[in-house]
Amino acid sequence: MSIAYYPGCTLKTKGKNLEKSALAAMEVLGIDVEELPRWNCCGAVYSLADDDLIHVVAPVRDLVRVAERGQDTVITLCSMCYNTLARANDLMKNDEEKRKTINDFMDEEPDYSGEVRVVHLLDYLRDEYGWDKLKEKLKSPLNGMKVAPYYGCTLLRPKEVALDHPDRPVLMHEFLETLGADVVDFPNAMECCGSYQVLGNPDAAVEVSHEILSGAAEKGAEALALTCPLCDFNLGKRQDIILEKYEGASEVPIYYFTQLLAVALGVAPEECHFELNRDSAAQLLKDKNIISAVPA
Amino acid sequence: MIRKISPRTINDDFRRKVKEISGQDIQQCFQCGTCSASCPMGRMLDLLPRKLMSLLQFGQSDAIAAANTAWVCASCHTCMVRCPRGIDITKVMEAIRQLTLRQNINRINPSEIPAEEVNDMPQIAMVSGFRKLTS
Repeated sequence: MSIAYYPGCTLKTKGKNLEKSALAAMEVLGIDVEELPRWNCCGAVYSLADDDLIHVVAPVRDLVRVAERGQDTVITLCSMCYNTLARANDLMKNDEEKRKTINDFMDEEPDYSGEVRVVHLLDYLRDEYGWDKLKEKLKSPLNGMKVAPYYGCTLLRPKEVALDHPDRPVLMHEFLETLGADVVDFPNAMECCGSYQVLGNPDAAVEVSHEILSGAAEKGAEALALTCPLCDFNLGKRQDIILEKYEGASEVPIYYFTQLLAVALGVAPEECHFELNRDSAAQLLKDKNIISAVPA
Repeated sequence: MIRKISPRTINDDFRRKVKEISGQDIQQCFQCGTCSASCPMGRMLDLLPRKLMSLLQFGQSDAIAAANTAWVCASCHTCMVRCPRGIDITKVMEAIRQLTLRQNINRINPSEIPAEEVNDMPQIAMVSGFRKLTS
């Protein structure tokens, strides 16, 4: 049976490079995923107010869509979608009173009690596909490329939905190591990029993003790999602001983890949509002879 | 700064509402400061989370309302996973935000965001920003 795939809003527009590279990579790996024919926005952030259940309804509806197709697993790529769906699922599974309230409210939907398993492509690769099997499929390993894994917040916190230890994760380290990269450990790998504060306090987001990039560069990283389109926005798209503002700040190419996966598997660079990354991203891969040419 | 704590200056209604919305027992905080040391936004805050928790325990709603703390918080959950007392401080910050937002007071005005920024921004930035900072 194929695994249900939940893309989320951003992957259909600004984050096409995340989606397209992931789908191409999963095809090479033989991971059979099928996009949910009907899905809605997960709400991006999980409701943190105890008396606010209405914002849990959207992610639960997505989970109901999976369950009604008889599928038991939904795979996500965007880490904010992962977090929101996984937390909503956790609530439906473990909080009897709130589960009843939400099910009663959605009286036109079948009752749901957390039967679906929410996974992210990274933990799926670790737990079900396996690093060894992935390694066998590589065509252009990332040899000689110094990449820092950047986890951000939502893959690791809170503990209930964490893909790894919240303070000492190795998941992305192992992933990048499997792809053949020289993994650069750096102290800011789990620190927040400022997230939605790019709207409320853009200067604060720029400052913390600068610390992340300079922290990685100081440890010798040539690039950063990440999973979240909002982190990509703060660290990648808005890197020009950082480069302008901070003396000594240096260009750091930013990749979605799926783009590195795809090129290592021999997927054509055109399918990875590097035109949506910083220009330095495709250039570094070319310089390292991982791709033969920068796509036009 | 010295604050006078007396029954007159304790806003018990505010304290009760924060507890209710967050579902957290704020009296559990024993002021170790792990949250303040962990906060990535620390330098930008008027009040670090430890101090905010202390003021909250004493119902000092004016000082909390005047601080930018809850509005600079990015809900990264670092304080929450590290709190030795198991307090979800992220939810406390949410409750403080909600008590303002639920009076129909916006922290940011969506119509003031320049069009070119909207064009560039991923949807999750806007959806999450509006969820956290507008009523």
